[in-house]
Amino acid sequence: MTVLRSTLDTGTEESQAARKAMLASLDELAAETAKAVAGGGEKAVARHHSRGKLTARERIELLLDEDSPFLELAALAGYGSPFTVGGSVVAGIGVVSGVECLLIANDPTVKGGASNPWSLRKTLRMHEIAEQNRLPVIALVESGGADLPTQKEVFIPGGAVFRNLTRLSAKGIPTISLVFGNSTAGGAYLPGMSDHVVMIEKRSKVFLAGPPLVKAATGEESDDESLGGADMHARVSGLADHYALDEQDAIRIGRRIVARLNWRKAAGPATATPRPPRYAAGDLLSIVPPDPKSPFDPREVIARIVDDSDFDEVKPRYGDSLVTGWAQLHGFPIGILANARGVLFSAEAQKAAQFIQLANQSRTPLLFLHNTTGYMVGREYEQGGIIKHGAMMINAVSNSTVPHISLLIGNSYGAGHYGMCGRAYDPRFVFAWPSARSAVMGAQQLADVTYMVSRASALAQGKPFDEEGAQVVRHMIEQQISAEAMPAVLSGLIYDDGIIDPRDTRDVLGVALSAIHTAPVEGTGSFGVFRM
Amino acid sequence: MTDEATMTITSVLVANRGEIARRVFATCRRRGLATVAVFSDADAGSPHVREADSAVRLPGATPAETYLRGDLVIEAARRAGADAIHPGYGFLSENADFARAVIEAGLIWIGPDPDTIEVMGSKVASKARMAEAGVPVLDLLEPDAITEKDLPVLVKASAGGGGRGMRIVRTLAELSDAVASAAREAGAAFGDPTVFCERYLDAGHHVEVQVMADAHGTVWALGERECSLQRRHQKVIEEAPSPLVDRVGGDLRKRLLAAGRDAAAAVGYRGAGTVEFLADAGGDFWFLEMNTRLQVEHPVTECVTGTDLVGLQLDIAAGVALSGPEPAMSGHAIEARLYAESPADDWRPQTGTVVTFDVPEVTARFGRTGPDGIRLDSGVENGSVVGTHYDAMLAKVIAYAPTRDAAARQLAAALRRTRIHGVTTNRDLLVASLLHPRFLDGTADTSFYAAHPPASLTATAGLDPALGAVVAALADAAAGRGPLLRGVTSGFRNIPVGYRSRVYAVGDREFEVSYRFGRDGLEVAGMDGLALVEADAGAVVLDVDGVVRGWTVGRFDDRVVVDGPRGAVELRRVPRFTDPSAQLPAGALTAPMPGTVVRVDVKVGDTVAADQPLLWLEAMKMEHVVRAPADGTVTELPVALGQQVGQGTTLAVVAGRDD
Repeated sequence: MTVLRSTLDTGTEESQAARKAMLASLDELAAETAKAVAGGGEKAVARHHSRGKLTARERIELLLDEDSPFLELAALAGYGSPFTVGGSVVAGIGVVSGVECLLIANDPTVKGGASNPWSLRKTLRMHEIAEQNRLPVIALVESGGADLPTQKEVFIPGGAVFRNLTRLSAKGIPTISLVFGNSTAGGAYLPGMSDHVVMIEKRSKVFLAGPPLVKAATGEESDDESLGGADMHARVSGLADHYALDEQDAIRIGRRIVARLNWRKAAGPATATPRPPRYAAGDLLSIVPPDPKSPFDPREVIARIVDDSDFDEVKPRYGDSLVTGWAQLHGFPIGILANARGVLFSAEAQKAAQFIQLANQSRTPLLFLHNTTGYMVGREYEQGGIIKHGAMMINAVSNSTVPHISLLIGNSYGAGHYGMCGRAYDPRFVFAWPSARSAVMGAQQLADVTYMVSRASALAQGKPFDEEGAQVVRHMIEQQISAEAMPAVLSGLIYDDGIIDPRDTRDVLGVALSAIHTAPVEGTGSFGVFRM
Repeated sequence: MTDEATMTITSVLVANRGEIARRVFATCRRRGLATVAVFSDADAGSPHVREADSAVRLPGATPAETYLRGDLVIEAARRAGADAIHPGYGFLSENADFARAVIEAGLIWIGPDPDTIEVMGSKVASKARMAEAGVPVLDLLEPDAITEKDLPVLVKASAGGGGRGMRIVRTLAELSDAVASAAREAGAAFGDPTVFCERYLDAGHHVEVQVMADAHGTVWALGERECSLQRRHQKVIEEAPSPLVDRVGGDLRKRLLAAGRDAAAAVGYRGAGTVEFLADAGGDFWFLEMNTRLQVEHPVTECVTGTDLVGLQLDIAAGVALSGPEPAMSGHAIEARLYAESPADDWRPQTGTVVTFDVPEVTARFGRTGPDGIRLDSGVENGSVVGTHYDAMLAKVIAYAPTRDAAARQLAAALRRTRIHGVTTNRDLLVASLLHPRFLDGTADTSFYAAHPPASLTATAGLDPALGAVVAALADAAAGRGPLLRGVTSGFRNIPVGYRSRVYAVGDREFEVSYRFGRDGLEVAGMDGLALVEADAGAVVLDVDGVVRGWTVGRFDDRVVVDGPRGAVELRRVPRFTDPSAQLPAGALTAPMPGTVVRVDVKVGDTVAADQPLLWLEAMKMEHVVRAPADGTVTELPVALGQQVGQGTTLAVVAGRDD
């Protein structure tokens, strides 16, 4: 056992400034999150309630085991878009009848639960999570179908939703639909593609075409109930496996379905009753300096998230700009790679490649704590083979088969973002602290580069150079890139699975790790050619 | 104290059950005597059976089939080799024919002479004998001769006891009906319809003298007891010495004890008996009746006199003479009878399984305790089933202290900390009564519960259910954590959306606990100043406004019981989900208590009017009529005559005209 010794002094001016900045960012985020939680707003919720219906979040709360955790994912989907934050879908991982499931609930208070492009991207991301981690999927369906004005972005890629459901089923991952209301036209295939379907008396409406369309198509006179009511589907078509009397009954039945899945996790934690960290989670607010250029020691973060603050560091004296080592988090063994001083040199890259191989040998999931500005540049480093070594690290991270989790706590720039297992490298989960920043390079550097390139181009062509105008452009670019590197923007694009409060890090990662262990953890010895 | 025995007892059969059987066995065991229990089928697993050296089954469950079957009891004694029978109280204890049969069977009868039982069993005859012996008696009133000035009067069954066949008459108009119905009830209950009338004191004191008389002419009066706190003419709290006698002072105690001795001597009494008197606040007293057996409340006398009354009974039955000075009283003892009943609900008897029964800091069981002690004479233990066949008394808890005030407070504290899960009891009422100013100043009389109805006494008793619900929710939350993610904050949400909720009910009142574990720990909506110290499934410690308090939590079925030093509360978990198939149809009539269907007046398809009696349930010797809730048709009648039903069983369904 190697207990980390914290040297963090939360009383210093720097710490207090860090804390103040972090709390301010959290406040801003809370305002956005509140919009997602509010869904269609007070009036829409009141109208929904007045029909005797529960909101998406209320349905989820009732479906979950009492007092079990719920890790909501991609809560800020669609941030920065014209659509309501959240993508009119509430989704996350929760425990239902003792089984960790992936829950996806339409929010019918937002435009009747219609699917816009963000709803779709969020749903597809959830399917990815369910498939990778073998989590049973429970869809709480009530959607008017595609948001028609955006059909060109929804219709063609949206087919993947149904494809995914049946592929999940083919892989033996259970899919359950609880149909609370409309699930018509294309939406009818949601229950249609699910293993288990619950419909509710006089509430569920599942048909390919409603009465007006049927009338137009064939001239047949019909009504909602005979075309797609719960009673019809339970008695006649057989699409409904269970007939619920009301919403709470549907949720009760849903819980019974999960209880009977005979679903078992591949593995539980290695330690049943892990000790909490020795240092307070609240200190996590005080670690990241407001100026992203100032480095900080990631061991202060590790000491506050891993069990008993117990961390066995590997190669501490080699490539010390990257911290690598072993720990347990909520009882689950993990390997951690954490940037210490931003820049990755050849040594760090090689150290990372070796560590990732070790984790694969021992089938240990990996946690990447990002705070990198990228691989070192300059003649000395290029000549020293920084590209080869960076490529080794990217090769290792790309081909590693143990589960990865990325947590962006500070900078995550350039190829460093890739080497540290950015979204494109298929980590099982990506989370970000409000202090995270991610872009191809720093805003200032990017603006500088653009400025220098345009000046060089003008000079080369012998054209006059408008220095004043170029400075304005330079400033604008810096502003734009700064804004785009913000975590809310990236989260809005579903480049991460959620921005988290640093104090929640341990619990968030714990829920994620536990979900990950629903599927077996496999390592690999098979990587691409390492350039030595 | 005693001389040589003329007969030898080696093995005692107790023709009884519950705590009194255990009480007698305790003395027998101390004396090295073998013990024989008898048991009905309902009592097969009872503690009194397990504790006896041997036990004989009396087939059946009702008292008439079992504990009242003298022939079977005597046969049991023969088979088990018992040479003496102790009748306890109730059942056959005052049955002269049984006593004779025991003696004729060559067994030793641990009780008075059968003829004495007979004389004292008739209230009319015994009063006459007492009057002759100079013991003050209330005049017998001829029903026809009663005038306004005699009112109120009490109509009593001559052969009665336990409040049955008893009526209070306050107007002349009611008199003839009361006499007739009391006679009917007495006839049914005791086989003797004789009733008599006497003056009734609305607010009297019940004072009684414990006598012990040997076969050689010695009669002891082992002090007096006061049992003024009664419900339905049954004692609830008893004590020795009597606060009335102490307050009036003078030579009252001397005269009272002398009257007790005289009463016993007048009938040549032998063994343990109790002479009951009615007294007014001024200290005038009148003979009520003599109970020719050991009383339920004998432990308070044992405490203050340092005697073992069962031991003395055994000695006297064996022919040993009382010797030495008559024991006098010292200190104060109070007994509370813990009943499975709901006092606020018209004292309705309760049934169920006693899941947990734990009286704290008990210093003695079924025997004397030293001062500042708690004695427990209990008929139940964890897991005992309280049914409908027998008396609903679970246990007697007795405090013995140097002063009355100390004994009352000590007893109240012990009762308050007692953990009783599974059945509703009168515990809160006992605590409230013991700490009531009228009781503490010693002036409470027999009108106490009329003046202070149980519902008002217990309104603030026990643990505040709102706080109890919080404790229950926290313990349930801890208990409900599955094997997954045990270290993750309970109810963790990365996007805060509100509170968790658990709902509990006490009676008809529901308590919703909205709580969450935020960064600063526990938050309970609507309750500031609460902080969680620790919680697991069985115990919760909270900081309530800076004061750390702890509770233990028990659960069974859908119940959660929270016990703490300031009282307990039993809550019913309101389920998150209701299974529609478990819901009662509209118009369903359910059994208000467990019992037997004794009469059914309708059949399926009958049209019934609102309030029309449909069927009758008998439970705990009381009939309960189930009536139509509204005009309609009987659509279901799932029970049959003679069927035993549990509380909540659907008895009938009446569909209204609109259904």
